[in-house]
Amino acid sequence: QVEQVKLLDRFSTSNKSLTGTLYLTATHLLFIDSSQRETWILHHHIAAVEKLPLTTSGCPLVIQCKNFRIVHFIVPRERDCHDIYNSLLQLSRTAKFEELYAFSYNPKQNESEQVKGWQLIDLAEEYKRMGVPNDYWQLSDANRDYKICETYPRELYVPRTASKPIIVGSSKFRSKGRFPVLSYYHKNKEAAICRCSQPLSGFSARCLEDEHMLQAISKANPSNCYMYVVDTRPKLNAMANRAAGKGYENEDNYSNIRFQFVGIENIHVMRSSLQKLLEVSGTRGLSVNDFLSGLENSGWLRHIKAVLDAAVFLAKAIAVESASVLVHCSDGWDRTSQVCSLGALLLDSYYRTVKGFMVLIEKDWISFGHKFSDRCCHLDGDPKEISPVFTQFLESVWNLTEQFPQAFEFNEAFLLQIHEHVHSCQFGNFLGNCQKEREELKLKEKTYSLWPFLLAEQKKYQNPLYNPDSSPELTLLEPNTVSFNFKFWRNMYHQFDRSMHPRQSMFNLIMNMSEQNKQLEEDIKELEAKIKQRNRRSDVVLVKEQEQTGHPAPVALKSPPCFQKEQPPMPVNDAVRTIEGSNTADNRYSELVSEFSKAEPAIVSLEYGVARMTC
Amino acid sequence: MEFAELIKTPRADNVVLHRPFHQAVEGTLCLTGHHLIFSSRRQDNAEELWLLHSNIDSIEKRFVGSLGTIVIKCKDLRIIQLDIPGMEECLNIASSIEVLSTLDSVTLMYPFFYRPMFEVLEDGWSSFLLEQEFELLSSVTNEWRLSYVNKEFSVCPSYPPVVIVPKSIDDEALRKVALFRHGGRFPVLSYYHQKNGMAMMRSSQPLTGTNGRRCKEDEKLINSTLRSGRRGFVIDTRPLTVAQQARAKGGGFEQEVHYPQWRRIHKYIERFNILQESFIKLVEACNDQSHNMDRWLSKLEASNWLTHIKELLTAACLAAQCIDREGASVLVHGSEGTDSTLQVTSLAQIILDPRCRTIRGFEALVVREWLQAGHPFQQRCAQSAYSNSRQKWEAPVFLLFLECVWQIHRQFPCSFEFTEQFLIMLFEHAYASQFGTFLGNNENERAKLKLPQKTMSLWSWVNRPEELSRFQNPLYEANSLVIWPSVAPQSLQLWEGVFLRWNRPSKFLEEAEKERISIITYNKELQARVNTLRRQLAEMEVTVEMLQE
Repeated sequence: QVEQVKLLDRFSTSNKSLTGTLYLTATHLLFIDSSQRETWILHHHIAAVEKLPLTTSGCPLVIQCKNFRIVHFIVPRERDCHDIYNSLLQLSRTAKFEELYAFSYNPKQNESEQVKGWQLIDLAEEYKRMGVPNDYWQLSDANRDYKICETYPRELYVPRTASKPIIVGSSKFRSKGRFPVLSYYHKNKEAAICRCSQPLSGFSARCLEDEHMLQAISKANPSNCYMYVVDTRPKLNAMANRAAGKGYENEDNYSNIRFQFVGIENIHVMRSSLQKLLEVSGTRGLSVNDFLSGLENSGWLRHIKAVLDAAVFLAKAIAVESASVLVHCSDGWDRTSQVCSLGALLLDSYYRTVKGFMVLIEKDWISFGHKFSDRCCHLDGDPKEISPVFTQFLESVWNLTEQFPQAFEFNEAFLLQIHEHVHSCQFGNFLGNCQKEREELKLKEKTYSLWPFLLAEQKKYQNPLYNPDSSPELTLLEPNTVSFNFKFWRNMYHQFDRSMHPRQSMFNLIMNMSEQNKQLEEDIKELEAKIKQRNRRSDVVLVKEQEQTGHPAPVALKSPPCFQKEQPPMPVNDAVRTIEGSNTADNRYSELVSEFSKAEPAIVSLEYGVARMTC
Repeated sequence: MEFAELIKTPRADNVVLHRPFHQAVEGTLCLTGHHLIFSSRRQDNAEELWLLHSNIDSIEKRFVGSLGTIVIKCKDLRIIQLDIPGMEECLNIASSIEVLSTLDSVTLMYPFFYRPMFEVLEDGWSSFLLEQEFELLSSVTNEWRLSYVNKEFSVCPSYPPVVIVPKSIDDEALRKVALFRHGGRFPVLSYYHQKNGMAMMRSSQPLTGTNGRRCKEDEKLINSTLRSGRRGFVIDTRPLTVAQQARAKGGGFEQEVHYPQWRRIHKYIERFNILQESFIKLVEACNDQSHNMDRWLSKLEASNWLTHIKELLTAACLAAQCIDREGASVLVHGSEGTDSTLQVTSLAQIILDPRCRTIRGFEALVVREWLQAGHPFQQRCAQSAYSNSRQKWEAPVFLLFLECVWQIHRQFPCSFEFTEQFLIMLFEHAYASQFGTFLGNNENERAKLKLPQKTMSLWSWVNRPEELSRFQNPLYEANSLVIWPSVAPQSLQLWEGVFLRWNRPSKFLEEAEKERISIITYNKELQARVNTLRRQLAEMEVTVEMLQE
């Protein structure tokens, strides 16, 4: 615990700050400011801690988080700062899985709830929904004991005509044994999305079993005689891989395949691209042109567009040509996961529901061995393995929600929350790099699943505009991928920089209204019932009265004088209507006041809506 | 001149109309004196397109065999293509359109021929009189007065006949001050901040020249808006160097020696052809669908459009800040005081004054701070982004203002009574309209053209209840606060409603918007119903009680 710590405003040019107390707990860093507002930061969320050179007011400490929060503390005493720094370094770098928060997190669920939580998403059920097994596709038990491929799940679906020797042979010809398997089956078109890793073709090697395997996939689709093989890497990268005995399919060796590169960059390029993006967006006093050229130089939006373009290619092949597609990259767990899952999302409206999206992530990301622990750096490990591949997937989905505001059951908050927990290590879902590893860690017994918790608060993640039946065209999403449709995702990269967001959120307002409408409908029912009841009673009274007086009582309900006043209208949810940031204390413009009186200003410049005087 | 002489081929059949994201339609094309009319022959779903000639910014023609193609680029940024069979017909039509869309004489423009099909409930020409504004003002302060010194437009040709000035300054002094200010635009009241009694004034640059001329009356005029012992701010929309250079041409700026109570802030705002270039570049970038991401972003950057938006918003925030937070009076000017000055003063009012965020208030603001204040609409809006004739005086000054309002609107979507559509409508009418409102460059010219007598006002049409309802923001909740927008680049966005309007499929976005509105309307209905039922129930209870007594 350290007192008198200052929390600086990230984009403020003058040193406006909040003073408060900093606490370190076993799992969180907590800052409570003088007005008792709390800022909680999970140790696992900390990506980097940096101690800056000592200043007159104290020792600055900058903490960067994986959810793109950046906090800037000033600790009055250097020794304290040093202690915090060291503690945070230790706390944020975990060496063993068992030390992660998920293993100590206890949400007060009993065992059967825990088990049920893990059963919420059932992939066997999902394949059944897609329509497999069927006449062409079957469940293979080849990998039941992870003998053929360690990073694949136990249950895999393959063409019926692919015998075990073919599977084994093909897997030996594929990097890390990741042979072609079914990822998504389109019932109506009878076409499939399959996935694998790159072939070990080198310059001339071939493998008859692998060729058979591809033919089996092609034959499993009765409505088309050719299939696409999509290599998601840039051609140059794929060619370079040939020198290492890997590479890509030679069209001459495989019958009836159409081979295609789609040019998504590798994890290292993506990592540095995000790094550049964050550098730009974190700059103080950023000009519009620096922002735009920074955005361009980072290449980030170009990568997002490439991923989405590839997914559109997939969706079109299946929806328009009824052709099956086999997707791979190098190892088949990064770009392949992105493209397969987005392709399925475009094709199948089920994946655009809350539950369906969870299924999609479980299937194409978790079960097929996207290396979450390596990519998100859950444990202290190789920094070269870190890459925002999953973040890009979420961002691509967000771009789709912007173009199709009514096609998704969930909202932006849902995507942000998933992103939060992919890094939080609070739940077991994303720990480990593949299913085998997860089983060894006994995650289902020792940790909890995220999905039931998200479902329990589903209201928060509901898109009020969701209307899957509004237009039948919406079953297949055909996004426009012209460059100007891709926008900087401010709510992701500046989620915690409140001053940058609209002060009144149209979205929240509509969401609350839609929620309130349900309540009002209930109220009306209740009131109508009451009135009916009263009517009956008053009829009785009236009858009595008539009997007594012999006069017909005035039936028209004239308001007695005391009730002519309007009833106070229904209270509108006040929280909805308040304007964040428009009270003066909350707004950065107020900084001007003190500075004005301090000195005679020579030039006033405004940055970020922050006025600054230079004398 | 007879329009008929200009129209050699008034009608062509089997014309095919192409628009992006629409199926091609075959139909008949007709030319009239003011319109290009296209109607499809399909009975089931008759489609008509009426295009004002004055909305046409540029026209291109090309031929493949005897099939001619005309590409029409409009001032509202839409692009349509017409395939016209027959070379002669096509040439005739193209040349007619060329002539009719570039008529020199204002009095030949459509507003002089337009006969409204609606009943005029309120004459928009007299909806927003400065006298009414002054009445409101005098209920809170008596420091100001109306001056008719410019009744004959003799003191300042670009000012309206009536202006509001400090009470202590008489007309004689105003005449002297007018001689000291560029174009005679002496300082007048632009906005009075009720909360603290501070004033925002606007003018043009002082004519100090190289030898530092001064004008006692000018000093007295602007000093009279200061509280004793307080200082004020002069916001000069030019950089210091430009202001200094202006002295060589007789212009200049307020020097500290002569205005010791005023602090000058130079906040540069771009003007004229630079803005027009920026506009043209932006529209070019938005119209090219083939750009890859890097090219798109670098084109967007090179256009500089969003930089201008940010600079403008920043300057307006600064002015608002001086008034609201510093409790200081402000004088805003650039060189002529007809462009950047008006952008700053009107945007500052959007930020400060809740009234300007209502439909009526916003209209009043446009009338007061743009039309009456002498923004030369006819010069600035003669051409839009597609024109080849790049004249020096064309500039999207008003569009920039509207976009800044839109940016603030996006950040405070419940604080405005009007919708984005209202702003887009104003943009369209500023460039081409059946109404006379935006004709002429100032009140003087409008009076000479007898616009109020000979044309219909835009406001007469907009303010009819059935039109108004189209522009009303269902989320509006009056908000009496000052609204400070964020001007960080991450908070600014391209105005898609204008620049991407014709370049992307909008079906899903429009449907979502409908759904949004239906949720809001339904919410209001339900609330009303609940209230009625509650009242009914309460009344019944009382009745029952009374009967039981």
